[in-house]
Amino acid sequence: MTTPEIRDILLENFDGKIGDYHEFAKSEYQKRYGSYIDVADKEWLRDVCLFLRDDDRLQFNSLLCLSTLDNNDSTLSVVYHLESTILRHVLAMKVTVPVTETEVPSITDVWPHANWHEREGWDMMGIRFVGHPDHRRILLEEDYPGHPLRKDFREPTFYHGMKVPY
Amino acid sequence: MGLLDTLHDQVDYSIPNDKTGEGSVVVTSVDALFNWARLSSLWQMGFGLACCAIEMMATSASRFDMMRFGVIPRPSPRQSDVIIISGTVTLKMASRIKMLYEQMPDPKYVISMGACATCGGPYWEHGYHVLKGVDRVIPVDVYVPGCPPRPEALLEGLMRLQEKVRQETTKTV
Repeated sequence: MTTPEIRDILLENFDGKIGDYHEFAKSEYQKRYGSYIDVADKEWLRDVCLFLRDDDRLQFNSLLCLSTLDNNDSTLSVVYHLESTILRHVLAMKVTVPVTETEVPSITDVWPHANWHEREGWDMMGIRFVGHPDHRRILLEEDYPGHPLRKDFREPTFYHGMKVPY
Repeated sequence: MGLLDTLHDQVDYSIPNDKTGEGSVVVTSVDALFNWARLSSLWQMGFGLACCAIEMMATSASRFDMMRFGVIPRPSPRQSDVIIISGTVTLKMASRIKMLYEQMPDPKYVISMGACATCGGPYWEHGYHVLKGVDRVIPVDVYVPGCPPRPEALLEGLMRLQEKVRQETTKTV
C-alpha cells in the first residue's frame, strides 16, 4: 500500500487531523521511504498511532525509527517511520512543534521500542514526550546544559570544572 | 655400565666457585633496584574506552604479547600501576577517570593512547561531549599518537614509559 492510500484511510477516521502528503523522491525506493505525511494536530498523534497499529488494513506492527529535526525556523519536528512486517508497507509521519512549546505525546505504550528513541529525542533535541514512563536523558549527564543538536546550541565553556572548547 | 653413564663420566660437573653467586654480594643502589622492579612489572588497569581499546587488546593478545614486558591487566585500580587511556574521553567519563586515577596507589603512570585521548582527535571542533585531551583531568606521562595507534606504537610508548621510570629517584617518587 502506498503512502497516499494510507493517508486516504486515515482521512476517513481522522478528518482534519492529518496534514498534507509530501513527496520529494525520484526513484521508487525513495518514493517508498522518502515521502511522508504530516500530522496536523499533535494531540491526536497517539490515537492515529493506535489506529495505524490495530487497523486490519494497515497493521503497522513495527516502529522502524523515531528521529528528531531542527528545521532552523523556530520549529522542531519528530519523524516516525513505521513498517508493517505483515503487509510489507511503510509509512513516514511528521509532527512539527514550535521551539517554544516542545511537547509531543509519547507513543511508548503503542510501540515499546519508542522508549529509548524518545529519550534520545529529549536528550539531543529537547523535545518533551508527555506520558513517557522514564523521561531521562539517555546519553549525556542529567545536568548537561542544553540540548546539543539544536541549531541555537552553544557548547559550554566549562563543565564540572573541565574546559570544554579545544 | 650404560651409554648415559659413559657420557656422564666425560662431562665435568664441577662448577667454578666464582660463577654461582653463592656467598657473593650484588652492589646496587636503592634507586636502581626499585626502578628495575617497577619498570619490569607495570601492571595495567584493564580499562578500555573506544576503538583504541581494540588495539590495546590486540597488543595484549598473543601476537604482540604485552605480558613479556611485565604488563598484566588488573581488574582493580588499587592493584595497578599504569592506566592506558585508550579512546575518546567524554565529559561523562572524565570524572570517572579522575576517580579511578585517584584510587590507584603511587607510583602511578598514565599513557594517553590515540588522538582522542591526547587532544580530542576528530571531535576537536564539534565534540560538545568530548574532553579535548585527558591531560585536562589527570597528568599524562606518555602520549602515543595514532588513530588508533598500531600495537607496535603502543609497545613503543610502553618502552618509553619504562625508560622514564628508569630515570626516577626515590627522592621524587
